[in-house]
Amino acid sequence: MASNRENILQRDNHRPVAVEVTGLGKCYGSQEVLTDVSFRVEPGEIFVIMGPSGSGKTVLLRHLAGLESPTTGQITINGCDPTLAETRDRFALALVFQSGALLNSLSVYDNLALYPHEHRLGSKPEIRDRVMRALRILSIEHAAHKMPSELSGGMRKRVAIARALVMEPQLLLYDEPTSELDPTMAATIAEIIGSLREEYAVTSVVVSHDRDLSLTIADRVALMHEGRLHTVAPPADYRASTDPVVADFLNPKIDLKNPRFKNLEAKPS
Amino acid sequence: MNRIHHFLDAFGSGLIMTWRAFAMLPAAPRILKRVSEQAFLIGYTSLPIIAILCFFIGAVLALQAGISLREFGAKEFIGALVGASMARELGPVMVSIILAGRVGSAVTAELASMRVNSEIDALTTMNIPPERLLVLPRLLAVLLVMPVLTMMANLIGWFGGAMVCEYVDFIGLSADTFFRNLQTHVTFDDVLDGLIKAEVFGLVIMIIASNTGLRTRGGPREIGLAVTKAVVLSLVSILTLDYFITKLLA
Repeated sequence: MASNRENILQRDNHRPVAVEVTGLGKCYGSQEVLTDVSFRVEPGEIFVIMGPSGSGKTVLLRHLAGLESPTTGQITINGCDPTLAETRDRFALALVFQSGALLNSLSVYDNLALYPHEHRLGSKPEIRDRVMRALRILSIEHAAHKMPSELSGGMRKRVAIARALVMEPQLLLYDEPTSELDPTMAATIAEIIGSLREEYAVTSVVVSHDRDLSLTIADRVALMHEGRLHTVAPPADYRASTDPVVADFLNPKIDLKNPRFKNLEAKPS
Repeated sequence: MNRIHHFLDAFGSGLIMTWRAFAMLPAAPRILKRVSEQAFLIGYTSLPIIAILCFFIGAVLALQAGISLREFGAKEFIGALVGASMARELGPVMVSIILAGRVGSAVTAELASMRVNSEIDALTTMNIPPERLLVLPRLLAVLLVMPVLTMMANLIGWFGGAMVCEYVDFIGLSADTFFRNLQTHVTFDDVLDGLIKAEVFGLVIMIIASNTGLRTRGGPREIGLAVTKAVVLSLVSILTLDYFITKLLA
């Protein structure tokens, strides 16, 4: 069997991968979180999974990253099981976590250099070039020597994306990339996701409940509802949809006199 | 039943983690910097408290021995008693207890917060085994540092005993006599037995601390509970193992 390093060196970085999810189900104890989820992500596609909180989006993404094993069904990345270390080496799966998940004890530079350093993917100057290039793409060279605790939420997200870029991924997974960001920063992140696809020919799977982001950057959008895949369609179909679940998610009605919250009104003691 | 299952699960995962970590020993030259950082953290930060504690343990031991032995006219054996007690038992046990409380708790808290903040998941997606990056350097560091700390603890404890003999009036034994008696009765094997104990205790503490940290799920409350669990389990393990290792080495 080839070593980690050999697998990484042998991979074809310029060929995006396909993801196939078939009949995926996940239970934690008696709680069913995902039920019979099936879809295919084409090579080079930006595939957005959206849905309300608690609909199973992040659990689904963790399965794609190989961090969880399905209870039923299967996931393949170009035909390989993502829970295996060899698959992650061969296809370079990178996950941008919602919180960034930067190693707090390392500087931004060391966070980015960790992957090439640990897998011995070059000499020190080569690793430095690789890291600085990723930082430049995200316009955060000035933060190279800062510690993660010194960064704002938006900066942490950008550093997390830069860390993923250093891996030269063929499959880039984003978990809520615009959560907790102001609209301007969210737009910047959306532009980054789009341009990375153009420049690096990566397959991107984005989990988000940000409908503007989802409908702007996606080639296709999947809507999760109560652990099931409700719809998979291009963004234009969503805008025209009359389906009540889609309509409820995209255009929720705000009723300031909702009777459900009547008893929250202050009562005289 | 659930508790037994949970215990066996934790025990098994600890063994697997240790096996995986030591299986990565060929990568040790690449992690030397991390090993030295951890050795510094474990050794340097623990040394002052070990010094204070062991000085007074040696002193109290000499004082108690002095009170008892003067009645039998056997004061000159204080050196042998303090020397052997420190070398065989109190040195390694005290160093291990301090290690569990000071270093073990910090390791558990650090790894647990890394787990809770998805940092361990990030390492997994990068195909960097946490056993190589986080566990192996700590295990190697503790194996390097424990004999040194234990020897320091022994020497400081012996020195504490000698000071009491020299300066407490009712004992009135010179430090020179104390050390001569110690030298006569404390053998190399006594010291070696203590060092073996210290190595085993140190390894067990670090395995418990790392495994408990890496298995933590939840949030800040669970991190706190994990730290408490790791320290308590380490202390129980030290004292239980102490009996069996003593019996084995007797």
